Amino acid sequence: MNQYFHSIRIDTEKCDGRMKCLRVCPTRAIRVRNGKAVIIEEKCIDCGECITVCPHGAIVPLTDPFGELTKFRHTVAVPSPALYAQFGREILPEKILSGIKKLGFDHAFDLAITCGEVSFAIQEYLREYKGPKPLISNVCPTIVRLIQVKYPSLIDQVIPIDTPRELAAREIKKKKSKQLALKEKEIGTFYLTPCPAKMISIKQPAEKGKSHIDGAISISDIYAPLLSAMEGIEKGSYRKALESICILGIGWAMVGGICRTLRLKNSLAVSGLGEVLKVFDDIERGKLRNIDFIEAYSCTQGCVGGSLTVENLYISYNKILKLIETLEFEQIKACPDIREVRKLYRQEYFFITGKLEPRPLKPLDKDLAKAIKKRKEKEDIYESLPKIDCGACGAPTCLIFAEDVVRGDAELTDCIFNLPQRYKELSQEFSELFNKSAFLGQTKSRAKKTSKKGKVIK
Amino acid sequence: MMMKNENGLSHQFEITGGDFSNAGRTSTSIKEILQEIGIDSSIVVRAAIASYEAEMNVVMYARRAMLTLSITPEKLHLKLEDEGPGIESVDLAMEEGFSTATDEMREMGFGAGMGLPNIKKNADKFEISSIPGKGTTLDIIICLDKTEEK
Repeated sequence: MNQYFHSIRIDTEKCDGRMKCLRVCPTRAIRVRNGKAVIIEEKCIDCGECITVCPHGAIVPLTDPFGELTKFRHTVAVPSPALYAQFGREILPEKILSGIKKLGFDHAFDLAITCGEVSFAIQEYLREYKGPKPLISNVCPTIVRLIQVKYPSLIDQVIPIDTPRELAAREIKKKKSKQLALKEKEIGTFYLTPCPAKMISIKQPAEKGKSHIDGAISISDIYAPLLSAMEGIEKGSYRKALESICILGIGWAMVGGICRTLRLKNSLAVSGLGEVLKVFDDIERGKLRNIDFIEAYSCTQGCVGGSLTVENLYISYNKILKLIETLEFEQIKACPDIREVRKLYRQEYFFITGKLEPRPLKPLDKDLAKAIKKRKEKEDIYESLPKIDCGACGAPTCLIFAEDVVRGDAELTDCIFNLPQRYKELSQEFSELFNKSAFLGQTKSRAKKTSKKGKVIK
Repeated sequence: MMMKNENGLSHQFEITGGDFSNAGRTSTSIKEILQEIGIDSSIVVRAAIASYEAEMNVVMYARRAMLTLSITPEKLHLKLEDEGPGIESVDLAMEEGFSTATDEMREMGFGAGMGLPNIKKNADKFEISSIPGKGTTLDIIICLDKTEEK
């Protein structure tokens, strides 16, 4: 079995090695070998960028099929608040939750309420916290993995309050099993997820504990059936539907949603992996010590930008924003009871049980002297390469290729430019072909093809 | 740029004064090199902070500089040689809170007078020499061999 579980898989039937994923992968975890993309398990942080760019849908998120529901006596859907952002402005969470029940779940749980509770819990934690700042939100599993892999020194700054989805699932199992006189394992909790990354946090929690969620169903898979399920639902009172929305929790679907609930003087919300990297570099340099809390998301605009969502991420972001504005304007401030949350907080209800450990990448060599030597070799190899990052060798850049060679994962001869010998052979072959007048017509068309390909590569 | 060094690895980075948009790149590159060869993350962070502060000093005050990173299995050496105004009083500059930063720099979050003291704090050995009107040279050494740690 592999050491790391990943929520994405490459369908080798569909993959034709177009290299789009190769270039977009932020941790350089993809190579093309024998014309097919492969993922380097150790480097992948499950951000899902590759899923979005693949022109053939060959990168498949490993979410659960609907059939999983039958394995349980009682099933509860726990939709990410990002689901609420997928439909038009007149469709409020209440209706969406009723729609989900019509799809075959016994119950649909409003996660926004738990999000609101966790907002309060984070407030409590921040008040008592005396360690290095800023504290970092753990709500995005990709960000947690990024920290484990690339910023191990920031691990202690990741907030140890469990995520709303986990807390909700734990509570549901506890309550429902009592209510229905069932075992906890007979209650199935299903997270409706905006991204594949949540899947890894369920199958292989970063803290090595066990997840309380039994499965994750992609929002994009549930979208169409949900849309038709909602058609027949009677329109209730708009005002009443508004009143059931937790104003603290609803914003967790988008970047900035947590910060706005914490009432801090100095907090920061950042989204998009590239931007997150810049901010984390600054944290490591000690530049952002005056900031108390950072929420960071791998996807642009937060969970509404997840690769398994349907609606345009700016439109869904805007829907949530407008909903919050409406709630504020109407002075509807439904939220959990803060005294209750404080009581639970003191009972350690919100804390994560496992400990987050670093997961540094394998160095070039375990022995430092050898690693230094290999690093030098890598540079020598890199100097000999064309540095045009064509990708034909299967690595995203010449520099990464040089590293692959040093690590023994690739051969120097995999570089088509680094092959004077092979060039000679090839040119000889070509000239022989050209000389054979009988094949002239054929070679012409072939030559044309190759030059076309050559351009594409560049 | 890579340099030949028999015992270890050497790298040179050019830093341009006033180039705020690229500030931080050198220290990020250094961090990546150190992570790749498997240096302990606490040391990587110290080197990243020290090189970042040194880099920022050049960006804010000097015209240009060359930062040389040399790594052997025993130690990590950062040598920074800049062309710039130099430092009038090195002793004063080493005091926490002393800074000649302009209001604009302070507005950007720099100039807290922690740069040089911060480098010293993160180094095992730190030397600074400066000629006013010409430039400043920094030598930052971080031990890698655990037996040599102070």
